[in-house]
Amino acid sequence: MSTSADEFAKVAAKASGGINVTGVTKRFGDFVALDDVSIDVPDGGLTALLGPSGSGKSTLLRVIAGLEQPDEGQVLISGENTTDRRVQDRNVGFVFQHYAAFKHMTVFDNIAFGLKIRGQGTGKIRERVKQLIELVHLQGFEKRFPNQLSGGQRQRMALARALAVEPKVLLLDEPFGALDAKVRQELRTWLRHLHDDVHVTTIFVTHDQEEAMEVAEQIIVMNDGRVEQSGGPRDLYEDPASEFVMGFVGPAHRLGESWVRPHDVEIRHEPNGKTIEALIDRVVHLGFEVRVELTLQDGETFSVQLTREQVDELELKDGQIVFVRPKSSRTFSPDGTVPATVA
Amino acid sequence: MSVVNPFARYGMRFAALLYLGLLLAIPLVMIFVKTFEDGFREPLEAVTSEEGLHAFYLTLLCVGIAVPLNTIFGVLCALMIVRDKFPGKSIINSLIDLPFAVSPVVIGLALFLVYGVDGFIGGPLDDMGIQIIFSTPGLVLATIFVSLPFVVREVVPVLQEIGDDQEQAASTLGANAWQTFWRVTLPSIRWGVTYGVVLASARALGEFGAVAVVSGRISGETETLPLLVQNEYDNFNVAGAYAAAIVLAILAVLILLSMNLLRRRSSGDEDEELGLQVVAQPAKEV
Amino acid sequence: MGLRAPFGGEVLVRGTVLMWLSIIVLIPLGAVVFRSFDEGAGAFWEAISEPEAVAAIKLTVITSLVIVVINALMGTLIAWVLVRDEFPGKRIVNSIIDLPFALPTIVAGLTLLALYGNDSPIGVNVTYTKVAVGLALLFVTLPFVVRAVQPVLHELDEEMEEAAASLGASNFRIFRSIILPNLTPAIIAGCALAFARAIGEFGSLVLITGNIPFDTQVASVYIFGRIESDNTTAAAAVAVFLLVLSVVILFALNLFGRWRSRHERG
Repeated sequence: MSTSADEFAKVAAKASGGINVTGVTKRFGDFVALDDVSIDVPDGGLTALLGPSGSGKSTLLRVIAGLEQPDEGQVLISGENTTDRRVQDRNVGFVFQHYAAFKHMTVFDNIAFGLKIRGQGTGKIRERVKQLIELVHLQGFEKRFPNQLSGGQRQRMALARALAVEPKVLLLDEPFGALDAKVRQELRTWLRHLHDDVHVTTIFVTHDQEEAMEVAEQIIVMNDGRVEQSGGPRDLYEDPASEFVMGFVGPAHRLGESWVRPHDVEIRHEPNGKTIEALIDRVVHLGFEVRVELTLQDGETFSVQLTREQVDELELKDGQIVFVRPKSSRTFSPDGTVPATVA
Repeated sequence: MSVVNPFARYGMRFAALLYLGLLLAIPLVMIFVKTFEDGFREPLEAVTSEEGLHAFYLTLLCVGIAVPLNTIFGVLCALMIVRDKFPGKSIINSLIDLPFAVSPVVIGLALFLVYGVDGFIGGPLDDMGIQIIFSTPGLVLATIFVSLPFVVREVVPVLQEIGDDQEQAASTLGANAWQTFWRVTLPSIRWGVTYGVVLASARALGEFGAVAVVSGRISGETETLPLLVQNEYDNFNVAGAYAAAIVLAILAVLILLSMNLLRRRSSGDEDEELGLQVVAQPAKEV
Repeated sequence: MGLRAPFGGEVLVRGTVLMWLSIIVLIPLGAVVFRSFDEGAGAFWEAISEPEAVAAIKLTVITSLVIVVINALMGTLIAWVLVRDEFPGKRIVNSIIDLPFALPTIVAGLTLLALYGNDSPIGVNVTYTKVAVGLALLFVTLPFVVRAVQPVLHELDEEMEEAAASLGASNFRIFRSIILPNLTPAIIAGCALAFARAIGEFGSLVLITGNIPFDTQVASVYIFGRIESDNTTAAAAVAVFLLVLSVVILFALNLFGRWRSRHERG
């Protein structure tokens, strides 16, 4: 991502309802959960915080919400410094991984909670809750209790509850983490559409790179309490800034000194000087796509992604000796961070 | 069930039921039989005598003061044990259980030594004209002591179970600590609190030993229902003793019924079984 | 945690809890210990080694041990029947287990008198004997082992027993090698609570045992007598003995519970 785009995001975030986090550090005892983290989220954007568990992504989200107090650094929401403001006064919408539904309240009362706290009138509350129930497609469920809802319905209720108070920003902590695969997929698409309608600045935490790439406009990759890289889904995939991002966003294999994506490998029957010898362990047909599993001479294994036509043309079979060459690959400096060369 | 052969099963069932029958059920039935074997008039007169009514009133007064105070204490204490963190917390957590372990008579003696006329708190209070021991405040104090841990012990596991997700959600929606407590925390633990209140009431109603020490047994003044039972019995008024006992027994059966209803209600409602935490889980680490 | 009450609410709660606990429980119990040593360790020793006190303590501890053994056996049996057996009225039986918790102790004593007293309808009179002491203690401690074992047995996988049976184990063998080892921690916990309750019991004993010194007088009744005769030093000495015993049991049980939960998780 170019510097000018970075600058643009920062300026855009300050100008309106965006979020700026600057130099935030958070320790739990000896464990450093966040180490000098700075991020900028533009107004109205949909941003994913992506990283493995323990990378600090949830902690960062909780710091933005005010559920955790940072040891150092600042949080700006719409250009206002909210670092010392209590969670109650930040006007953020927060959606918890396990819903945090108020079990003793109906769907209606759950969604109305924030409005009641703000002392709004009954008529106004009823109208607003009705709108939100329509928004999240829970019509007819108003009088149900959370334990009478499915996981997906509970999560939608939690979302409506967070949106009810018209938050400046919407924060979602692994929002689909506790749901099964099919519901997850539906909710992703639905969240994408919802964001197009509501347009509130949104950050969601996920450990699933596919989810991040499908839903988000901007992805911030985190590892070991630090930001590895931020940018659009395509930037991250095609231009990873570190070995970690290369391996975490999309599949990648080490081939000699460099890293390569499985679809960026050419297979030939004859050597041409730049190629490496390999043995085909297995040719796996997955429909249109074919996965060829290979072992190199040094015992390293990796797989290559080809189309059915390519495999038929080359007549690849189990047990053949072939020669492979990366079509494009990336090499990182020994500490695994700065991209040194792009072949 | 499939494993055990039927003879062994019937044998065990018979042994268990016989034991329970001889120890619990038949004696309980007997007290009803004995009370009413000469008709209803005599026991009714004994219960509605001035002495009987006063004892009943005094018992209810003790329960009425001790249980609400211990409920407030219990909820606060449970919140502290589960949500707060400070050195020495686990010691306090263990000390809460002391009233379960200490003999009622020792409890009575303890209160007598501190709040009696010669005690270091009771002495100064006596100079001010406030009498604790051998008077109603002493009875209340003893009742508070014996029923202290029940609400804490019932609420702690419920609080642990629900976690603090809902409280955090409430705070992100703008609720302050006070609003969060009343609107989210308290409704979530209500069945635990209720169960604790029922257990505490049972203990408070029937307390004998501790109350016996601090009461001085001034008939018609510091005599609760359990004390009246003994007094009547010692004075060879067996019918009067049974009459007072039957009132307590009926209350006990009502308490037993509500315990069962509550246990079923909470287990049906939220998939979590409330039990006598006192028994099943000796003070867990928190 | 993220929730921070304004104005140091946590400190206020801590203070309130500690103050309440001190006024009601800690200061008075401390006073008992203080009183027992008030006139020196010699006086304490003299008070506690007085023959009548020794007899009362002996009776209390021995009877409590006996009834704990009976409880371990019968409590486990009752728990087994309530969990694994099916018969009409099981629910009612299950609910009366808690009766000794709900019934005032003095009434418990009176109910036992009604069946096993002077004019016993079944001709069994145990009043003023050591058997009466045991009977009353069995009554008040009945729920402890049952209620400790029941949930564990409920959770115990029945397939384990079926697997053992399919491997040729007899009923007795299954109980000894499969069920019992899993129940032991719960039985021990229940027994400890029952023992702590038994050594301090008072209300259920006063009517049925006759409180005869050197015969049926237990420690708590002895303490009560000394308080009434205004000998609080003697009362406090025996009280401290009971107090220490029950506190030791309580703390041991606490440690045992922690050890067990760690053990089960690991």
